[in-house]
Amino acid sequence: MVSIEIDGKQIKANDGAMVIEAADDAGISIPRFCYHKKLSVAANCRMCLVHVEKARKPLPACATPVTEGMKIFTRTPLALQAQKGVMEFLLINHPLDCPICDQGGECELQDVAMGYGSGLSRYCEGKRVVEDKNLGPLIATEMTRCIHCTRCVRFGEEIAGIKELGATGRGEHMKIGTYVEKTVDSELSGNVIDLCPVGALTSKPFRYRARAWEMRQADSIAPHDCVGSNIHIHTKGREVLRVVPRDNEAVNETWISDRDRFSYEGIHSADRVEKPRIKESGRWTEVSWEHALAFVGDKLKALPADKLGFVAGPSCTSEEYYLFQKLARALGTDNIDYRLRQLDISDQAQVAISQTLGQTIEEFEQNNAFLLVGSNLRKDQPILGHRLRKAGLRGASVSLINSMDHEFRFPVANKLLGGAGDLIRNLAGVTKELLAQNASYKRSKDLSDVLSGIEANDTHRSIAKALSSANKATVILGNQANYHPQSSTIRALAAAICELSGAKLSIVTDGGNSVGAQLMGVLPHRGPGGKKLSKTGLSFNEMLTTSIKGLVVMGAELDADTLTGSSALETAKHAEIVVSITPFSSAAIEKYAHVMLPVGTFAETSGTYINTEGRWQSFEGAVQPYAESRPAWKVLRVLGNVMKLDGFDYFSTEEVMDEIKEHVGHVELNNLFEWEAPAVTGLNGSNGLEMIGDVPIYSVDAIVRRAAALQGTTDAVSSCVYLNSNAASKQGLMDSDTVSVVHQSGSISMTVKLDNRVPDGCIFLPSGASTTDSLGAPFGSVKLDKLAGSINDQGAIGAANV
Amino acid sequence: MSESKLDLLTAASKAEIDQWVAKYPADKKQSATMPALRIVQDQNEGYLTQDLMDAIAEYLGIPAISVYEVATFYSMYEHKPVGKHKICVCTNVSCMLRGSDEIVAHLKKKINVNGWREVSADGRFSLKEVECLGACAGAPMMQIGREYHENLTPEKIDKILESLD
Ligand code: SF4
Ligand code: FES
Ligand code: FES
Repeated sequence: MVSIEIDGKQIKANDGAMVIEAADDAGISIPRFCYHKKLSVAANCRMCLVHVEKARKPLPACATPVTEGMKIFTRTPLALQAQKGVMEFLLINHPLDCPICDQGGECELQDVAMGYGSGLSRYCEGKRVVEDKNLGPLIATEMTRCIHCTRCVRFGEEIAGIKELGATGRGEHMKIGTYVEKTVDSELSGNVIDLCPVGALTSKPFRYRARAWEMRQADSIAPHDCVGSNIHIHTKGREVLRVVPRDNEAVNETWISDRDRFSYEGIHSADRVEKPRIKESGRWTEVSWEHALAFVGDKLKALPADKLGFVAGPSCTSEEYYLFQKLARALGTDNIDYRLRQLDISDQAQVAISQTLGQTIEEFEQNNAFLLVGSNLRKDQPILGHRLRKAGLRGASVSLINSMDHEFRFPVANKLLGGAGDLIRNLAGVTKELLAQNASYKRSKDLSDVLSGIEANDTHRSIAKALSSANKATVILGNQANYHPQSSTIRALAAAICELSGAKLSIVTDGGNSVGAQLMGVLPHRGPGGKKLSKTGLSFNEMLTTSIKGLVVMGAELDADTLTGSSALETAKHAEIVVSITPFSSAAIEKYAHVMLPVGTFAETSGTYINTEGRWQSFEGAVQPYAESRPAWKVLRVLGNVMKLDGFDYFSTEEVMDEIKEHVGHVELNNLFEWEAPAVTGLNGSNGLEMIGDVPIYSVDAIVRRAAALQGTTDAVSSCVYLNSNAASKQGLMDSDTVSVVHQSGSISMTVKLDNRVPDGCIFLPSGASTTDSLGAPFGSVKLDKLAGSINDQGAIGAANV
Repeated sequence: MSESKLDLLTAASKAEIDQWVAKYPADKKQSATMPALRIVQDQNEGYLTQDLMDAIAEYLGIPAISVYEVATFYSMYEHKPVGKHKICVCTNVSCMLRGSDEIVAHLKKKINVNGWREVSADGRFSLKEVECLGACAGAPMMQIGREYHENLTPEKIDKILESLD
């Protein structure tokens, strides 16, 4: 610590801190453009010039380290004159087109010019003009406004991990851009909109929609991944106009993913349901809420409790989950589940009450060794991906056991790729190696039997060593590991690896509130707070093989939010009544449901999400629910009243929360569990092709799937079958061929796309789109039959452009 | 993943770039960007193309934009075809005061071009405006290839141009 003085105020500052940081901490404002607390110091705009005692010239506060006894003045004539001069130069080439600029009213250039500039310009020569760039569907450009602070360039290099923007030319001719027209391709790209201090980079979907002062701001939580990024929702009237990040160092720092930023477009999709609807003899009619609820109540009460099924998606609020399970249980059934994309839940009785990151997000970043299993962390949980990257750049050893060769944008220590069987075999290899080092392990016996057929190779040894030698290590099971047909084996092996190596076990899950779903008891075997139930109801997978007569679906589309779309639809088809509690309708819902109860999205309800580190984050609704839709918690409450069930008289989500708190206490951040020795057999996949499924970043939920701009990005994976060029030539296939994909329960015809991230012998088929629902669970052996009429047969050569 | 452009670099260029790469720490290959650009520019009759810059980026394992940034910043890198002899005329203060305007006018007439960065019809010459080359004491001046020519007059220019092949 050093003592310094700024404008006469005594301040203690950290050694090595820059003057601007010390001033910020002390609440003394120094104007700046290029400096940003999360980026490296460029010191190129000179707006932050201050007067330092004994210095001959004004010094840039962002690049001047504090020294003991330093005296800094931000408002002396020397400082003011310097700031004024810089401001005048910065405005020389700026178009001053504030009236037609989206940044107007929230522009750092406007603010600083007001505060530190002069009202007049002496410059009367011509201004330069810079042509705009097409940076894709998310970011609009107006490059003439750029003041060359290079924040966007540094963001790409330092945060997104991919340098696509740069400064070309020099002096008068310097331009910021991609040089070659190109979409900025990062799951965090939208953050440059906030970083750009002027209106050069603005939000494309938000363009010309509103002025900053016309909107209201509500604090909220992003619902698309288990991070629970803190956001501001900006609204005008009943419309959500944009979403921007809300700083929370512990969670999302100052960033949010593009998915969290641009998903709001889906809220206003044309698919929104205005009024409750009932289907009678194949025709949908709008009815009043009283009618709809009475209808649902009568139908459900008339059915035997064991013929009822309650399923919810993984992104509802905790209050909704709580009431949902309360309703199910009041009707006498434990047939309730939120695990729509988990094929193997055979260890459900043993696993932790809530599966979490096993540590806080900040602790997560501090690990020295990571083993990532079945996870595309960068795309699935972009903020965690960013934390992992920071650790990787800091020198942490990161190893991967994955199916696809996902890009991570930092050095990866070990990488093992392969299909579902390989994934387990590799995990077993690491386990075996650790076991060999640690004979006294309490469960040695259990393991050595099941691992007898496994050989550890050098990579396994290297991973084992990295995990056990690091003082903080973590094994992360990602979304795909949870979807895996033998995910209980993965969990058991991962838990054993952690016990053997001292690593922590992280289980990151899909959806925005799967931790909440578990804690609220949206499970067939556990009630709120993880309370063990005397009898176990049917899980989602079991419901699919039993005849369910009454199905209530909340916050999920059975075709796209499940891994087994076709059997889910089949089950629904045989039910007497399917109630869909949903903001949206779709062709599939219209087909399988009998009643639609329209509810608000995350922006239209109050509620609480519990993120992957067990953080309870409550929020208020930002806008009134669309048309006559209602917050889901109210719908559930009234449904309880209509059916004359006890204990459904709440006036607010706070009241629901009070009741929840009686059942659910502190969230234990520990995923280790009493695993049962897994079967590590049956791994030798078929000789043919193996299918590996995953849910792409912009297919995860109903809102995201309807967000137009996101669907236009390069990350919006199209429904094709992906395989690497090796596998393709073995099959005699070329890019853009049409094939029939034959798998388990069905076959569909699809276009082939070459993608060398897919391992040999595998095909990747993105889930989460209704076009692939007829194929059943996206794992296991599969056959591709080339169909005649492929464009390559007609002489056109499909370019291998992936 | 786009197609590899590495084949655009000749073996000789690659070998020469390697010598530069060897001078820097293994993880700082980017430092060799400037020499690599010069080497590849020489390989390609004095100018760069986007493909060549991409090839350099690929060869050094750095983002393409980082190569574009350097290549567009420094004026000695050319992005359009140049003449066999690239005539760089300084028009900065000292040279201007000492009559660079006439020098430029004479050169334009002599090689029959209308403006900067134009190549003469026979492809032998091209004209380029440059900033101070540090030879103010000999202003007005021009640079052709690696030679400085100072205290220029129209007659002197005629002689110099005649002496070139
Ligand atoms: S576009 Fe914006 S962020 Fe990028 S350099 Fe220009 S002013 Fe700075
Ligand atoms: S903020 Fe200090 S030079 Fe730009
Ligand atoms: S001004 Fe021409 S060489 Fe310096």
